Amino acid sequence: MSRQGTRLDAKKVNSELFTLTYGALVSQLMKDYDNADDVNKQLERMGYNIGIRLIEDYLARTGTGRCYDFRDTAEKIQAGFRLYLGISPVITNWSSAGDEFSLQFETNPLTEFVELPDNCLGLKYMNVLTGVLRGACEMVQMDVTSWFVQDQLKGDNVTELRVKFIKRLEDAIPAGED
Amino acid sequence: MNNTITISQIRPKSILDKSLSKGRGEVSLSCFALLFCELVQYCQNRVYTVPELQNKLAEMGQEVGVKLLDLYFVREKNCKRENKLLNMLLFIKTTLWKGLFGREADKLEHANDDERIYYLIEKEPLVNRYISVPKDKGNLNCAVFIAGIIESILNCSGFTAKVTAHWHKGTTYMVQFEESVIARDKQMEER
Repeated sequence: MSRQGTRLDAKKVNSELFTLTYGALVSQLMKDYDNADDVNKQLERMGYNIGIRLIEDYLARTGTGRCYDFRDTAEKIQAGFRLYLGISPVITNWSSAGDEFSLQFETNPLTEFVELPDNCLGLKYMNVLTGVLRGACEMVQMDVTSWFVQDQLKGDNVTELRVKFIKRLEDAIPAGED
Repeated sequence: MNNTITISQIRPKSILDKSLSKGRGEVSLSCFALLFCELVQYCQNRVYTVPELQNKLAEMGQEVGVKLLDLYFVREKNCKRENKLLNMLLFIKTTLWKGLFGREADKLEHANDDERIYYLIEKEPLVNRYISVPKDKGNLNCAVFIAGIIESILNCSGFTAKVTAHWHKGTTYMVQFEESVIARDKQMEER
């Protein structure tokens, strides 16, 4: 009943601290690099580093097993967003081959308080997410790529992240292990 | 027929049009820890020495602090800023800390030998929970990021100070105010 303590869950942290920290990082990158493309790349790389470690945490916490198909993967990615950012993006726009889908975000803690000035239109503010997905999936033998097709920061109604399956990665077995 | 003149490429939908959130949103600690880890690595790759790294981290913290200041005073204090030094420090220790970290900072102390210096003590800062400092990095304390937050909050509200983070009783943030700030505070008390 009491909100007095305001003690956050030990495994949670205030989303504004997260939002503003990410914002500080992005704005530092914008200062350090000349053009938005390089910033996008750098954000993707950082996301990749996060993803390859975050998947470990995800597997440990959810006790989830191998995906049956890519639809299964989509749901697990969705669950990941719920677990880590407290949001549930909508899975939609499946391609007929079943190898591509979209995640639509209504709200997103990463972009709270964010407005893009006119000279930053090339910036993909949330590009870190594409890296996270690539890194996390790579660690469970899936090669995926993703990109933003709509962005609320650029005036679209929703933010849409398109995710595409490329191939299954085979475990590389060191020579002589067979 | 579309005969409007476009001035800006983005339709202005200002964040000021939205109502301010209550600030109770949460994200996973793993997420924050990994993001902070990337931030530290990025800073580290762009500098050569530990003091430079600390400065860089503090600068990042300052960016965050400046935004938190407005956010918290609008939301928690009805847009009224503190103008007394002790109240300002208490605001940081209680309101701000509770908001950001879910609990008050452990201790606030006034130095015995120098009236300009205060210590804010935190046994285990959130940002340091998953950080183990390598031996060659000596006295690096990544909580200097938090020190940056405190410093910019104080500076932007007219209490010019230098804030540093030290390994002492966990982490101690040393707040050193400028002489003029102390003098002004005394004057206000006399009135």
